[in-house]
Amino acid sequence: MGNPDVNRSADTLRFGRYEMTSRLIVGTGKYPSLDVMQAAHEASGAEMVTVAIRRINLDNADGRTLLDYIDRTSHTILPNTAGCYSAKDAVLTAQLARELLQTDLIKLEVIGDAQTLHPDTRETLVAAEQLVNDGFTVLPYIGDDPVACKELEALGCAAVMPLAAPIGSGLGVCNPYSIAIIKERAGVPVIVDAGVGTASDAAIAMELGVDALLMNTGIARARDPVLMAAAMKHAVIAGRQAFLAGRMQKRLYADASSPMRDLISTQAP
Amino acid sequence: MKATINGRIRELPGELTVDALLKLLGTPSTGVAVARNDRVVRRGEYQTDRVRDGDRVEIIAAVAGG
Repeated sequence: MGNPDVNRSADTLRFGRYEMTSRLIVGTGKYPSLDVMQAAHEASGAEMVTVAIRRINLDNADGRTLLDYIDRTSHTILPNTAGCYSAKDAVLTAQLARELLQTDLIKLEVIGDAQTLHPDTRETLVAAEQLVNDGFTVLPYIGDDPVACKELEALGCAAVMPLAAPIGSGLGVCNPYSIAIIKERAGVPVIVDAGVGTASDAAIAMELGVDALLMNTGIARARDPVLMAAAMKHAVIAGRQAFLAGRMQKRLYADASSPMRDLISTQAP
Repeated sequence: MKATINGRIRELPGELTVDALLKLLGTPSTGVAVARNDRVVRRGEYQTDRVRDGDRVEIIAAVAGG
């Protein structure tokens, strides 16, 4: 009999020089409190957490900061360039994040539209090229566009992160066909970023064969974020295992699971 | 002299190091990173890198986000 734990430990997520057992990356935004966030991170089993980079408020210096609530011995910090609308701003933000956090990781996000928060593909490509050349491990947020994903891979990005649905929408995987095509063609890990609303969305994404999920709002805006974090952990594992197991073929008609021979009959022969 | 700090023009007593600027602003020098005129100022340069008239300075920290 197989031991699923043994199989799972061999099935790790790798990109650049990073390797993780968990295939769930979680954000730090929108939680009701930093204490809830910390408990949710724990429940999610995630080994990587995202943070944003912003100007400090010079009129009101706070005491404890976000970084006080992230255990860096068990979690790798993935800074993002969220909120940037140009390659230039994203590159400077990434360089500041590297200096602040002493990491080469960057989740590259260059937004093209404030209402949909869809990426600006052209600016994302420009920034990706500069950051790769500057030595960063670049994880770009991008549309569910197989061509853009291949271009980002060719530029040297360590993974590609197509959206499942608009950021914060919780709509689930809107275009599973595009995500499947991206995964089939990619030579780097595919991390679905944005749009996952609940556990079934996470399982569906993982069943498509993608390598990992990045989520924030789906956990942070649940009624009970800690419980949802646990649900997402299990959904990601379940989806991954279902993908590896290989699902059965769908059929139009029934196919009995019990033998159709040697049936009991009360009718006379 | 004047310098733009985090998008706001501020009057400063004169040319000063990044270290002196952070002290003047009451900002802790840990947990932040600094750029001057779109170039990151490394922590080891805080004592030597000088903020001059008309410079643009960014002082940033990590905040919650996804």
